[in-house]
Amino acid sequence: MFKKIIEAEIIENKKIAEGIYRMAVKAPETAADARAGQFVNIYLRNKIMLLPRPISISRVYDDVITLIYKIAGKGTGELSAYLPGEPVRISTSLGNGFQLEDVFKETDSNHNLNKVKIIALVGGGMGVAPLVGLAQKIMNEKEKRSFKDDDLQVIAIVGFQDEPILMKEFETCCNHVYIATESGSTGLKGNVLQLIERKGLKPDYCFACGPRPMLKALANRCENANIPLQVSLEERMGCGYGACVGCVCRIKAKEEGVKSIRKKVCTDGPVFFGNEVVWDD
Amino acid sequence: MIKNINDKLYHAELDLSVSIAGVTLKNPVTTASGTFSARESGAFYDISELGAVITKGVSDVPWDGNPTPRIAETYGGMLNSVGLQNPGVEDFIKHELPLLKSYNTKVIVNVVGKTINDYCKTVEKLDDEAIDIMEINISCPNIKEGGISFGADPKMAAEITREIKRLVKKPIIMKLTPNVTDITEIAKAAEYEGADGVSLINTLLGMKIDVHRKKPVLWNKTGGLSGPSIKPVAIRMVYQVRRAVNIPIIGLGGIMTGEDAAEFLMAGADAVSVGTAALVDPTAPVRIKNELIAFMQQNEYKNLQQIRDALA
Ligand SMILES: Cc1cc2nc3c(=O)[nH]c(=O)nc-3n(C[C@H](O)[C@H](O)[C@H](O)COP(=O)(O)OP(=O)(O)OC[C@H]3O[C@@H](n4cnc5c(N)ncnc54)[C@H](O)[C@@H]3O)c2cc1C
Ligand SMILES: Cc1cc2nc3c(=O)[nH]c(=O)nc-3n(C[C@H](O)[C@H](O)[C@H](O)COP(=O)(O)O)c2cc1C
Ligand code: FES
Repeated sequence: MFKKIIEAEIIENKKIAEGIYRMAVKAPETAADARAGQFVNIYLRNKIMLLPRPISISRVYDDVITLIYKIAGKGTGELSAYLPGEPVRISTSLGNGFQLEDVFKETDSNHNLNKVKIIALVGGGMGVAPLVGLAQKIMNEKEKRSFKDDDLQVIAIVGFQDEPILMKEFETCCNHVYIATESGSTGLKGNVLQLIERKGLKPDYCFACGPRPMLKALANRCENANIPLQVSLEERMGCGYGACVGCVCRIKAKEEGVKSIRKKVCTDGPVFFGNEVVWDD
Repeated sequence: MIKNINDKLYHAELDLSVSIAGVTLKNPVTTASGTFSARESGAFYDISELGAVITKGVSDVPWDGNPTPRIAETYGGMLNSVGLQNPGVEDFIKHELPLLKSYNTKVIVNVVGKTINDYCKTVEKLDDEAIDIMEINISCPNIKEGGISFGADPKMAAEITREIKRLVKKPIIMKLTPNVTDITEIAKAAEYEGADGVSLINTLLGMKIDVHRKKPVLWNKTGGLSGPSIKPVAIRMVYQVRRAVNIPIIGLGGIMTGEDAAEFLMAGADAVSVGTAALVDPTAPVRIKNELIAFMQQNEYKNLQQIRDALA
């Protein structure tokens, strides 16, 4: 199947917090093979803004996908004015997405997980958007495998400046939701790493999305504690589909004789293993 | 995928083919170097629809490129400072070329280097491969000459053309930089030394500052400007070069539509490349080809030469 740019129909475009919106669009071709952690390119109406805006797919319901976005500039400002019923030009799903298979690969003869009893979804700011979809996917997977909470628990560890978002969504798909805010208005006053520390949280597997300093600190912590971690990285993009080589990050090389190579966040990522990323590039 | 608007029907009345340096392209639309990758672009359209593909710049050894941010949007254009990241010519021959050869299109390989010797090593390796043409990007800084670009000085442009021409049997096209006082001097130097064609223009050197954060947007500070905002500069240069040399010209710079492509042909280009437009719309090269066909039909052009001869 060819990748495509499609005209999707806006079902909803609603403010969910100060400066933050949720857009639901009917996009069967995007929804068909969307994985948690993938993103779409949004092609704006104002042609002066040439480049597409990459936005993570938050959730998928049948042929509808939801996008959670923050007004960060002119492009996202334009998006916030779109009305239900109007078309929006988006791509089919892009990027690799979270590799949930990695959690389920090591099962014993009874198909039970050997090592992973607690999965943590660690999100900072807008980084929580794709984790909601992942939480939903894991819940479905648990049902499919008839796992009880004794077999596998999912906890969300999320941090915000001030106002938490998507709390209801996390609460319906996770066993526990831990919150930190910089302002102290909700949950612990501080960041997600302090939250993990303070609550003594000991996950066996982590998925994370958020600001780079948060991801870097988490990667450090997970590496020391020998916890597998997948991170979703963000980088300034040109094309968003692998043609321009604008969006690179540095990844430790597997080949002999080379220390590291630059890989494309949009097609090789945005999800990488925490321990393969060279954080100080 | 964009369907070919019934190629057969048109072939009866329309001739889109063009000969560049002895190589016949079935249509004049090619991909601009650095904005196309066989795997990623091929995920959006059938590459066999194009007259030729022009690859990302390849060098003798892998290049790491610049740190990020490498991309900035500008008014009607974009800046890039990718820094010609590429896995090197051997990796290209092993991994990218076989995929390109699986399509029914001509393969033009863009070559970059930091010294004349770098270029020579790369073109020698490519000369034995199943490629059609080499496009030599002489916008790169010459590190032996204090970083001034090979394409900024007629003497250097002549020297590099001469050295490469001595080594290879394949046709070569020199890709010219617009960051010069008189581009016709460079084109004439390349033609004199035996270049089989020229392509123009590469990006214009530019810069963008974030006034809130009080720093340049690109890590590299400066970058190459491309996209629709550079088209008038590119058209002017193609027009001037057409009147200065007789070798074929591949015209590019800001082509977004079939009419833009026709404008380049009318200015004197033999073929065109689509760059930034393909980043903005992944299927742009095929769309532009189809729009060019529609333009030719509406205006009753039977072949490309008629467009090229049309300018009053
Ligand atoms: C893989 C990926 C997923 C993303 N998912 C989300 C999401 O789910 N929700 C959300 O609110 N935001 C997300 N972002 C960030 C979002 O793309 C930017 O906030 C948005 O492009 C800003 O556009 P603008 O025109 O409003 O801002 P401007 O600042 O006017 O944009 C100017 C240019 O900079 C680029 N740009 C600006 N900020 C960023 C940034 N942080 N990352 C990448 N490019 C940027 C724009 O694409 C544009 O080319 C994601 C980014 C990436 C790379
Ligand atoms: C991201 C990017 C990468 C590029 N890389 C190369 C390159 O490797 N070699 C080259 O000769 N030109 C390169 N170019 C220049 C283009 O091939 C083209 O000359 C220029 O962008 C103008 O055309 P456009 O406006 O259609 O993009 C690059 C341009 C862009 C935007
Ligand atoms: S944004 Fe163009 S390669 Fe990733």
